[in-house]
Amino acid sequence: MSWTKEQMADEVVKLLTHGSSVNLGIGMPTMVASRITPEMDIMIHSENGVLGVKGRPFKDEVSATLINAGKETISIKEGASFFDSAMSFGMIRGGHIDFCVLGGMEVDAKGNLANWMVPGKKVTGMGGAMDLVNGAKTVIIMMSHADKEGQVKLVPACTLPLTGVGVVDIVVTERGVYKPNGSDFDAIKLAD
Amino acid sequence: MTKVCKDASEALAQFKSGMTLMSGGFGLCGIAENCIDTLAKMDVKDLTVISNNIGNSGRGLVKILIQKKIKKAYCSYVGGNPDLETQMMNKEIEVELVPQGTFSERIRAAGMGIRGFYTPTGYGTLIAEGKEVKHFDKPCILELPLHADYAIIKAQKGDKYGNLWFKETARNFSPLMAMAAKTTIVEVEELVELGEIAAEDVHVPGLFVQYIFQGKDYKNDIEFLKVEGIDS
Repeated sequence: MSWTKEQMADEVVKLLTHGSSVNLGIGMPTMVASRITPEMDIMIHSENGVLGVKGRPFKDEVSATLINAGKETISIKEGASFFDSAMSFGMIRGGHIDFCVLGGMEVDAKGNLANWMVPGKKVTGMGGAMDLVNGAKTVIIMMSHADKEGQVKLVPACTLPLTGVGVVDIVVTERGVYKPNGSDFDAIKLAD
Repeated sequence: MTKVCKDASEALAQFKSGMTLMSGGFGLCGIAENCIDTLAKMDVKDLTVISNNIGNSGRGLVKILIQKKIKKAYCSYVGGNPDLETQMMNKEIEVELVPQGTFSERIRAAGMGIRGFYTPTGYGTLIAEGKEVKHFDKPCILELPLHADYAIIKAQKGDKYGNLWFKETARNFSPLMAMAAKTTIVEVEELVELGEIAAEDVHVPGLFVQYIFQGKDYKNDIEFLKVEGIDS
């Protein structure tokens, strides 16, 4: 069985704690924002310089200078703050952000992550990913279980260039929630 | 000496080929549009450019990128910038990809007089190749500051001393770059009198600013417009 992307986002939300701070990566992880309820009292951080992202703006409140790290227009909630990039990455690198949710190309049993380049084919750059995986207290990877060619992305050892060494705590795919244990993955929960 | 000048051409009069340029902005948010347009008209080449994205979606610094004026670029993310990806793949430009937090900290370090710092970011990756490793609570790599000859920055408001105030998320790398460059040029949407920005609201003290001018014709492009209730 498998989960929809919305159900995957809900599984990620279940891992987050009340009153915590969360950084959401570009791509699938941005979906998590809309599944977090106000009652959870969560502060969403975006590394371009905002803490307290609410969601999408209404048409009459769109601002070209109010965006997230995916360069999408956003709205903010009461209690939000703006700051420069050094302060923003101080929050990340200084260990002040509770959770980060990132996409992945490969995760291996030792908790290594690859998600920023395919040699000779595709280079997007790492953006803030290398900082996030080393700085956030808990690193959650939200990704499809297999790539477009059907190759499973939970691997014994990463073959692509790494983003971080031994940094992944939890992986959420459409098939389940997994934890790398050093030699394999423990299935915490399987899709029903 | 007054810091106020007429326009980007006057502010950039001493900018030359081979110089290192920092350019503020995250994607197209908060970029120095007037300075970039002027650089596109100037006869300069072999530039080293330090900017998070080197423009995006055919706009911003892409204007001087496609003129082949950039020899080397430091940035953290090239996704969404097909012109840069193509030049990179064809080896027409040298690109040093820097993790975004290390990127901002290297710029900050230059402005703060810090000669180097150790960070776990990038340890065990291609970024660490050739860099000194030191073990603290975990292994860290040595990173060095990024200096520049010029920084071009856009702020919402600035006064005649160069005190700056930024709107929303347009601040990003600009305050760090203002400190790291030998000459910092600021263009503003609103050039105001001294005192109009309350002292406690100043984001960048004018000490770091050498030129400031009233900008014009701002496009303030949005890259991905997302609106509540509309799927896009």
